[in-house]
Amino acid sequence: MSPSADRALDLQNGAEPLHEPGLAVHVEDLTVSYHEKPVLFDIDLNVPPGVMCAVVGPNGAGKSTLIKSILGLVKPTSGHITLHGLSYREVRSRVGYVPQRSTVDWDFPTTVLDVVTMGLYGRLGWFKRPGRHERRKAEEALRLVGMEDFARRQISQLSGGQQQRVFLARALVQEADVYFLDEPMAGVDATTERAIVKILGRLRDAGKTVIVVHHDLQTVTTYFDWLVLLNVRVIAQGPVQETYTAENLRAAYGGQIALLDRGAPAE
Amino acid sequence: MNGALAFLSDYTIQNVAFGAAILGTISGVLGVFAVLRQQSLLGDALSHAALPGICLGFLLAGSRSLPAILAGALLTGILAALVILVLTSRTRLKTDAAIGISLSVFFAAGVVLLTYIQGTGNASQGGLDTFLFGQAAAILRSDLYVMGAIALVGLGIVAAFWKEFKLVTFDPDFAGSLGMPVRRIETALTLLIALAVVVGLQMVGVVLMAAMVIAPAVAARQWARSLGAMVTLSALAGIVAGASGALLSSLASGLATGPLIVLAATLLVIVSLLFAPQRGILWSVIRRRRAAHHLRGRQVLATIHDLASAHHDTSYPAEQSMLDAYHGLGTGAVLSRLEGRGLVRRTTHMPQEGPHWELTEEGRAQARESLGETPPESA
Repeated sequence: MSPSADRALDLQNGAEPLHEPGLAVHVEDLTVSYHEKPVLFDIDLNVPPGVMCAVVGPNGAGKSTLIKSILGLVKPTSGHITLHGLSYREVRSRVGYVPQRSTVDWDFPTTVLDVVTMGLYGRLGWFKRPGRHERRKAEEALRLVGMEDFARRQISQLSGGQQQRVFLARALVQEADVYFLDEPMAGVDATTERAIVKILGRLRDAGKTVIVVHHDLQTVTTYFDWLVLLNVRVIAQGPVQETYTAENLRAAYGGQIALLDRGAPAE
Repeated sequence: MNGALAFLSDYTIQNVAFGAAILGTISGVLGVFAVLRQQSLLGDALSHAALPGICLGFLLAGSRSLPAILAGALLTGILAALVILVLTSRTRLKTDAAIGISLSVFFAAGVVLLTYIQGTGNASQGGLDTFLFGQAAAILRSDLYVMGAIALVGLGIVAAFWKEFKLVTFDPDFAGSLGMPVRRIETALTLLIALAVVVGLQMVGVVLMAAMVIAPAVAARQWARSLGAMVTLSALAGIVAGASGALLSSLASGLATGPLIVLAATLLVIVSLLFAPQRGILWSVIRRRRAAHHLRGRQVLATIHDLASAHHDTSYPAEQSMLDAYHGLGTGAVLSRLEGRGLVRRTTHMPQEGPHWELTEEGRAQARESLGETPPESA
């Protein structure tokens, strides 16, 4: 059993039996609908710990919604979700999250260091303010993403790639076992993309589970070892070598063949 | 001097100044969250929706009892916020439409109630119409205690939940992933804005109270580099605008206080939008001019360099009128700036034909660099 799953057992207070504790993410019969039409339909999903997993699918496939449902940000119509066998409420402190960069107002009056410190707000609890300890942790995370010189910079002065690194640093201070990243490589420069992939790879090598909503089919096989192909339903899931096939991609993307010509493997 | 002292020790004036300070603080602080959450218009809806509550409070209490009136105002303000919430979540109406509908319906109901009360011949004694545009002089010392207590509660809540308010305002999804009750915090922020509106009703009135929520925060955003600084500056701007507007209105009788306060706040906004470092319009104009100058300089350097290369003569003197023709009129200013930077020099090639220019060594290097002929040395 993996060390993280062991810890899941420690965390559990014994009353309820663990639900698939050996899986980093376990989703059963998940359906989400905002209006009448389902955004996600009957999703069954299993991600083992210690993998770097891409969630791939066309626009409107429900990739972000899947992540948000797992994190309890979206109320599902039906379904059951556990992380390391526990409900999200119970494992919250072991989960790191990088939302889409475009969902926040980067003109907010604050500094890079302050944004990274926000990753520790959950641990601080009500009424407590971040102090020196939190600041040091944030500085450390900024070093990891190569942004230590930007700590005092206003976030409104950052480039897209720098914004993304700051968001990644904020997730790193969470010191989680499972990380969810929503389109971290969208619209960033090549240097940032390389840096992000390197950091995520290191997390995976340390036994963490990294789940990434990804948009670039061409890099799936180089960056990831696990794949979830999504288009409202799960089209395929499993190790990249087994799931990244032309047939599966066609099933996920339907008529958008142009995309496949460049990104898809030979049949 | 004596006049000024007498003025400042005047009972009414003191009340007005204190009231303005209380109002400025609370609306300035909470306005920051409204503006950053892009909900400025919510303040407008909440303040207009206070009018029916004011009238109901008056009718129920049977007199101009401030606690009853403010409680009524708070109640209908919250009701309006609820209506907006329900309209946006249960129908396909967008927020702006929902706010517009709620604002006008509640205000209409308020005006109907107000005219009804006036019809009973009660309003002028009650002075209820002063709640439309505010009247600082009508404020009593006891009113200040009510306003102050409400403001203290509001500020206390902001201080206690500072980090939660901050994160929910900046990144609600992330806040939710940490387990913060995002919906409840957002509701609390909305209720607090209703509270701030209530504090300002007597002074500014329902029609313009939204400006006191929005303007100080907008002015403060121009100068602040952190949320704490923005909140502090916004409160200060609110106090300054409130006090100066209120004092002006009590200098002459019959001047409506609210509009004067709002005009004072607007003045702060204009100054901030123009002159704040980094963000001010003035600085960005200067920056853009500098960039344009720089670009034109580089273009002229490149032209001289091209002419020289075309003539296979590195010190080929380019005639200024020819440069004018290449670039449209007026390279004279650009050239003398370049001369000042030591990139070009005048040559006395043929004095009778007007000024000629050639590149200096450094000018040549810069021209090559901007033409991409040689990579810059740092690369």
